Amino acid sequence: MKKLVQIENVGMHFDTRNGRFVALRGIDLTVREGEFVSLIGHSGCGKSTLLNLIAGLTLPTAGVLICNGREVAGPGPERAVVFQNHSLLPWLTCFDNIYLAVERVFGAKEGKARLIARTHAALELVGLAQAEAKYPGEISGGMKQRVGIARALAMEPKILLLDEPFGALDALTRANLQDELMRITAATGATVVMVTHDVDEAVLLSDRVVMLTNGPAATIGEILRVDLPRPRDRLALAHDAGFQACRAALLEFLYQKQLRRAA
Amino acid sequence: MTATAMTIDEPAAPAAEKKPPAAPAPKLAVEKSVPATRRQRLGAGFTAALRRFLPPVLGLAAFVGVWALVSKSSPQLPGPSVVFHAAVTLFSDPFYRNGPNDQGIGWNILFSLERVGIGFGLAALIGIPAGFLIGRFKFLNDMTAPIISLLRPVSPLAWLPIGLLVFKAANPAAIWVIFISSIWPMIINTAVGVQRIPQDYLNVARVLNLPESKVFTKILFPAVLPYMMTGVRLSIGVAWLVIVAAEMLTGGVGLGFWVWDEWNNLKVENIIIAIFVVGVIGLLLEQILLLLARRFSYE
Ligand SMILES: Nc1ncnc2c1ncn2[C@@H]1O[C@H](COP(=O)(O)OP(=O)(O)O)[C@@H](O)[C@H]1O
Ligand SMILES: [Mg+2]
Repeated sequence: MKKLVQIENVGMHFDTRNGRFVALRGIDLTVREGEFVSLIGHSGCGKSTLLNLIAGLTLPTAGVLICNGREVAGPGPERAVVFQNHSLLPWLTCFDNIYLAVERVFGAKEGKARLIARTHAALELVGLAQAEAKYPGEISGGMKQRVGIARALAMEPKILLLDEPFGALDALTRANLQDELMRITAATGATVVMVTHDVDEAVLLSDRVVMLTNGPAATIGEILRVDLPRPRDRLALAHDAGFQACRAALLEFLYQKQLRRAA
Repeated sequence: MTATAMTIDEPAAPAAEKKPPAAPAPKLAVEKSVPATRRQRLGAGFTAALRRFLPPVLGLAAFVGVWALVSKSSPQLPGPSVVFHAAVTLFSDPFYRNGPNDQGIGWNILFSLERVGIGFGLAALIGIPAGFLIGRFKFLNDMTAPIISLLRPVSPLAWLPIGLLVFKAANPAAIWVIFISSIWPMIINTAVGVQRIPQDYLNVARVLNLPESKVFTKILFPAVLPYMMTGVRLSIGVAWLVIVAAEMLTGGVGLGFWVWDEWNNLKVENIIIAIFVVGVIGLLLEQILLLLARRFSYE
């Protein structure tokens, strides 16, 4: 498969009041088309920072990021982001939140009827057709997160960037949305980079799990390849030896090799 | 299966054991309490209403009482009943006209409102866009910050001579005072609103690459609206506060001038009426804007 994102020797530091803070150093990673890659690591290690670099929301202080053959110089709709706290605009309905994105990406080439159809299709994809007229304040956290995913998918991005998309949800809702995300990525062949701190989620969803060392100056510690066949079923995998082995590898990295000092 | 069934049964058992002694008691209470709750609910509603309305009514009564007492001991100050009767005659013909210096209370109110409307309207027209620019561009913010903090605390009436000098007429000078004293809350609140827009919303705009016009209509403006409305409310309050003082000095038809005129005529009861009128209208303006603000607030 084609290389979609190439991260080459990327480093990131922030100049703060207390001097320079090195968040990331020496990151090398390639994401191929259609691949699902998770970033895992302890809280504060720099997962969001790395994701924001891929999104182009921040620019690296060292190294280069290349997306689809071009250096990342800023954010753009071909790299859609689902933010940790959904980031829906509270004064727009679910429909209008998605329509805003659809109009921006396809408005120049397509008529209004087509844009509306695209918006409906995106809502349909996440099972929220009946909630299109509701405002974000009127729906549950899980639904908001779905609308955020629908907005991102509706843009038909080259790559989908998810920052702990299910972190704020209860376990049942999270499981539902994980299954839905697997179904959607299987159907659309989307390329995904997802930040998570949940070991099971990482193994269940990913083709590869990138483990970050603890900050400051975090870098890639290990990369785990998850070769479980798809479609994956969480109930069947619960007793699967391969699944357990992947899980154990991640846990060992996080809780033995990278145990947080006095955390 | 049996294992799960047992784990479900186990916690249920103690609850079932607890129930029997508890169950008869509610039953008895329900039977007896059907008429009682209705009475209680009526009583509760009554006491709730009492709790709500009694304090303000008591406060007003105490105020009028103190006022009556004070007016008894000082003959210059008219008591509540004198003022009430004066108000009845005054409001029975609010829109008469006997020459420029003797017009009905209705005209005075309308002219004051007109000045406030124009002065405040101009202030909003300039202050709100200025607030957006100052909030959006740090350079502008740093540039204007010293001027704003220097001019904002200046007493409104200190601007009157400048107005008279520049406009060479009383009416525009009064409007100028309203303008300059009511513009600051709108500038400052709008600018703060723009600066406090959550980074997430702006990140959405950046990921979508929205053009600046869309950023404004879809993100900036709706996000700032609640802050802006607060600024507008504060500004109206200031404008209404200032108008009486400004009109006292500039003359013409208006509540402030009327107060001054009645002082010259030594009709103290009308001055007291004017105070009430100013208070009530200020209260109404505030309430209208609060309603508007609630209408525009999301979440
Ligand atoms: N804009 C910033 N300025 C200074 N420090 C930052 C900034 N953004 C992130 N950091 C620091 O970088 C580290 C990594 O942050 P982040 O990527 O958000 O971690 P996480 O892995 O929890 O997503 C943290 O120590 C954080 O304090
Ligand atoms: Mg994070």
